[in-house]
Amino acid sequence: MPEVKNRQAVTGAQAIANAMRQINPDVVAAYPITPQTPVVEYFAQYVADGAVDTEMIPVESEHSAMSAVVGAAAAGARAMTATAANGLALMHEIVYIAASSRLPIVMPVANRALSGPINIHCDHSDAMAERDSGWIQLWAENAQEAYDLTLIAVRLGEHEDVRLPVMVNFDGFIISHGVEVVDFLDDEVVKKFVGEPKVKYPLLDVNNPVTYGPLDLYDYYFEHKRQQIEAMKHVKRVFKEIAEEFEKISGRKYDILDKYKVDDAEYIMIALGSTAGTVKYTVDLLREQGHKVGLVKPWIFRPFPKKELQELLNGRKAVIVLDRSASFGAEAPVYEAVKSALYEVSDRPKLGSYVYGLGGRDIKVDHIKQAFEEAFSGNINTDEERYLGLRE
Amino acid sequence: MADLKGWKELAIGGVIDKPSTAKEYQTGTWRVIRPVYKPENCINCMFCWLYCPDQAVEIEVVDGKPKMKGFNYYYCKGCGLCANVCPKSNDKLPEEKRAIVMKPETEFQD
Ligand code: SF4
Ligand code: SF4
Repeated sequence: MPEVKNRQAVTGAQAIANAMRQINPDVVAAYPITPQTPVVEYFAQYVADGAVDTEMIPVESEHSAMSAVVGAAAAGARAMTATAANGLALMHEIVYIAASSRLPIVMPVANRALSGPINIHCDHSDAMAERDSGWIQLWAENAQEAYDLTLIAVRLGEHEDVRLPVMVNFDGFIISHGVEVVDFLDDEVVKKFVGEPKVKYPLLDVNNPVTYGPLDLYDYYFEHKRQQIEAMKHVKRVFKEIAEEFEKISGRKYDILDKYKVDDAEYIMIALGSTAGTVKYTVDLLREQGHKVGLVKPWIFRPFPKKELQELLNGRKAVIVLDRSASFGAEAPVYEAVKSALYEVSDRPKLGSYVYGLGGRDIKVDHIKQAFEEAFSGNINTDEERYLGLRE
Repeated sequence: MADLKGWKELAIGGVIDKPSTAKEYQTGTWRVIRPVYKPENCINCMFCWLYCPDQAVEIEVVDGKPKMKGFNYYYCKGCGLCANVCPKSNDKLPEEKRAIVMKPETEFQD
């Protein structure tokens, strides 16, 4: 394992801002929104201090932030922004255009509940509202992962077989404002890892003029959507390749799924983001009592790790899916996708859907235990959505 | 759409990777009404040529003066702007006196 030189206690926001400093993107356009604000604030300081060469564009709204990075990326720049919640919702139109135009923009999202009623705390409704926008979605459990995945995202999006924008999700406040120990890589190591921007069809290449965003009617639009579907199919392979390279420089291993004590597990919980840490702790407690339990945390949610989950979950006694967002009138997003994936396996586990933590409501060890215990006693129902930490 | 490229051959992202491809685009397929030119009523004022949004009005220069030749139906999308601006074509004039007469495309199909 490479020697650790730069170990610091920082917030997740600082960790991501430092990743951005080391990436040294050509353009950053951003608008501050809680709890993403410190990311942009720290980064603006780096710009003011001359620590980066970045052209920073302070825009008047997130719609403009995304528009500016779309323009920059089309020009051939390595472009980044960051946002949260309503900021992401305001970007929505251009979020879709960024993916459709195949621009490898990297955007950390400090996950926060969408209004209304207005709420600034963590849940996943913001990212889930964009899950069909064509962006790759990576999910971090802590500040270290937020830092690492931001670096990996640059390489992933720009890869010739991918060419898609990447959202790096990190739980608002819990990760963005919580202070943790993070091992940073050396600036030179990161510089070498991310390399020069890999551009395709840059507008500034005046010798090879191209047109971005032309009218694309019934004669071609469908083919362009099919290309996006294909690009998503390459993401998992490319992610694994880059993760392997990243492990060599960092000693930290990433994969499609983070699997915690799953080898002999009869009961497996699935959770995104920081809650996975609480689940790991609970898994340890329950294992001390002799329960065969484990956790799966998808590092990638889009593309959805269908095949990986099928292989892993087939034949287990029960699978409990935690969702930090609701889908009103339908099943919660992670649960819906997991359930759909398991339709095809030979030995389907029992399934339970638990929505938790909306608007930043705390999720505690007892809640996680409760969900596991309901599964142990066979008291779970595929068609019933339950709620952890909700007052009746 | 048989002569259009499949998804594996197209540039990604809707990018058009070479210039001046608009001239390949057959806007004529959009046309449901067709401008029909009656040279005997035309005064060669060039209004139609100036206003046509698809450059579908063909002209030639005779003795140093522009002369209307007719319509290029590969590009003419049938918007009717030419007939609208033509000083020799309006609703009050009987059809046989107009320089441009708009006719339903169905009259021309075999
Ligand atoms: S109908 Fe429209 S497109 Fe056709 S020639 Fe007249 S102005 Fe041009
Ligand atoms: S506008 Fe009418 S009169 Fe003028 S050139 Fe065209 S067809 Fe002839």
